[in-house]
Amino acid sequence: MKIKTLNTRDLKASLKDGGCGECQTSCQSACKTSVANQPCESEAQS
Amino acid sequence: MVHTFSLNGFDIALDVYSGAVHVCDPVSLAAVRLYEYGGREETARQLLADFPENPEVTPEAADELLDTLDDLKARGKLYADDPYRDSGTLLRQDPGLVKALCLHVAHACNLACSYCFAGQGRYQGEAALMPCVVGKKALDFLVERSGDRRHLEVDFFGGEPLLNWDMVKDVVAYGRELERKTGKVFRFTLTTNGILLNDEVTEFCNREMHNVVLSLDGRPDVHDFYRKDPKGRGSYEEVVPKFQRFVKLRGDREYYIRGTFTRRNRDFIKDILHMADLGFDRLSMEPVVTDPDSPEALGLEDLPELFSQYEGLAREMLAREKQGKGFRFYHYMLDLANGPCIHKRLAGCGSGTEYLAVTPSGDLYPCHQFVGDRDFKLGNLTQGVTNESLRADFARNTLYAHPACDNCWAKFYCAGGCSANAYHATGVISGTYDFGCELFRKRMECAIMLAAAREEKKEA
Repeated sequence: MKIKTLNTRDLKASLKDGGCGECQTSCQSACKTSVANQPCESEAQS
Repeated sequence: MVHTFSLNGFDIALDVYSGAVHVCDPVSLAAVRLYEYGGREETARQLLADFPENPEVTPEAADELLDTLDDLKARGKLYADDPYRDSGTLLRQDPGLVKALCLHVAHACNLACSYCFAGQGRYQGEAALMPCVVGKKALDFLVERSGDRRHLEVDFFGGEPLLNWDMVKDVVAYGRELERKTGKVFRFTLTTNGILLNDEVTEFCNREMHNVVLSLDGRPDVHDFYRKDPKGRGSYEEVVPKFQRFVKLRGDREYYIRGTFTRRNRDFIKDILHMADLGFDRLSMEPVVTDPDSPEALGLEDLPELFSQYEGLAREMLAREKQGKGFRFYHYMLDLANGPCIHKRLAGCGSGTEYLAVTPSGDLYPCHQFVGDRDFKLGNLTQGVTNESLRADFARNTLYAHPACDNCWAKFYCAGGCSANAYHATGVISGTYDFGCELFRKRMECAIMLAAAREEKKEA
């Protein structure tokens, strides 16, 4: 009986360490028709 | 809220509000489901009853498993409550700030694709090219309103932007001047049907464009059915060699081969694999957005087949990765560790606020999909945004403005979805495009499964 937690960004913590607004507008990246696919581009996060 | 699913041999639990992803087995996945609303003794009893043939499921093991779940809960990674709904004061608000523009440099096209949302590039209006002076004014507008944002984005869009190529080059050169003066960084992107791609365009794009989107629908007969020139001739034979040369010279820089699938090719996995077999490794394939009564429109009755296609695509991607022939599919790009922050996941794409579309004459719209609908004109480059109430509507249209999303497990992956799709499906930008939601949820399950599979491979 296993349960393994993957390394995922803590969304609650990102209330405080996110919000810089430097990430790419999702609609500009590929599809133009149909937010998770964009990586964070905050210098602090990277 | 926890979403549990099994796919391709993986049993996965997503804790919606923390974002944590747990890779389980059938027993621990059942425990996660039962324990969300059941008590400890009741859950242990049910596990023993549900897995009578499994020698590993003993009272002691069940007790240990529930200890693990208690620990995850205590660390905020399981059964987390919603800490965001009332956190409006914490969320960044930048009224009037703009960081991205979609420049409609050509309301004209050299193809006549029958499914085009832009009405063969003219957006329900007259054919027009954006004058260079308007393009430069748009960049000035963007810099002036960008506040402390450093990265600014400008997409050259149409119609077919290569019909106004000299203007594109001049605007990029002007942008580079502005970078030197202001310290801002422009990311230029371009979407093209490929007809006018030549060595000069290729060399310029590979030097200046952060990303280039190349339109190809897949197999020759599929591509040529819709993507014809004005004389009715298909364009596959003309554009594929140009795209192959472009990508070969592009090196590691970003590009996407971007297709549209319709009711005609619900077996779109064959089109994606055809693209991969042509040597392209960054692929995007989108369901057509069109009038529900048109023959190419997809509907709810197509979902089982489309779900099967998405799952098959994920399996095929893993198989090809094993063979060293992997490729990227845009909707399966999911960086769990370094994904977007909660601010982005609540605000969405920024259309109508920090992302605007500019028409050839300099009018402003919330995004490219609203251009041509006068009810959605926000203002113009000279006066700025003058329709403040419309902008306020878009600013308020965050995830929590969509009541239908309250109980959706995927809401922090889509941020409430596309306002234009919602408007065209329901008549309001805070609506939900249910068909699109169904596809989106399936794509996210596939993307999370791929992340789990790659993690497992890394450990092996």
